[in-house]
Amino acid sequence: MAQATADLPIGKVSGVTETAPQPIQRVSIVVSHGSLEGVYPGLIMANGARMEGIEVSLFFTFFGMDAIISKRMDHLKVATVGNPGMHMPTLLGALPGMSAFATSMMKKEMEKIDIPPVGEFLTMIHDAGGEVYACRASVDMFHLKREDFCAEVDGIISVGQFYEKAAGGQIIFT
Amino acid sequence: MGTMSVVGKTLALDADGHLANRADWNEDLAREIAAQEGIPLLTPQHWAVINYMRTIFEKEGDAPSIRRLTKESGVDTKTLYQLFPKGPAKRASKIAGLPKPKGCI
Repeated sequence: MAQATADLPIGKVSGVTETAPQPIQRVSIVVSHGSLEGVYPGLIMANGARMEGIEVSLFFTFFGMDAIISKRMDHLKVATVGNPGMHMPTLLGALPGMSAFATSMMKKEMEKIDIPPVGEFLTMIHDAGGEVYACRASVDMFHLKREDFCAEVDGIISVGQFYEKAAGGQIIFT
Repeated sequence: MGTMSVVGKTLALDADGHLANRADWNEDLAREIAAQEGIPLLTPQHWAVINYMRTIFEKEGDAPSIRRLTKESGVDTKTLYQLFPKGPAKRASKIAGLPKPKGCI
């Protein structure tokens, strides 16, 4: 086998004809973290997909569900402890008020480049045709009910149903 | 880069297939591009979006974000996606004769 492909240029596979890459038609994005910086990348990618005409569904699981719980969605915080990206000593990050301070700084910067608060962002994505789901296992684990979630949530679904909805598309885990 | 032909004229396009020279744009051409993009008729709401995008681009050098567009043009998010079903970022800016928006939101 190695013999047969030895004379092919690197990166070329024998017997495969080259075709132009097809545009992405559908993405399913899993949001599993509940910090501000854990939630936003998924929302930005979901909204960006719709802007490009790509079908999108968002699946919130574990602490990521805080982003779709009405009472919590607009109170997410930046993690200042255990987050090397903050470039801040752990003990400093643990001081009272530090997470609130970092969060308000980040929210100000986001507003400047027109990134909406979580609640508004979810409405935007949903109005744009994006689907929003909560994870069945997480909902049961945290003893949550449908009424704990924002109106944009289209359903509480199992992992199996998530894969069914993701059929034929790409899955992004954040 | 590519070109497009309309009534005897050949117009230059950029790498994304948008008009390379904004001076080539006019309302008839917008209708022509829209038809090619699968929008057979430009309604007053389409024009509200197109004209708003052109005004902002003229002032600021980039198309507005979707969020700002829906807040300031009078066309809400749901309607915007109905008007430009295959993605407002690409389609509306293309019909408006503008480059693809640089922003992520």
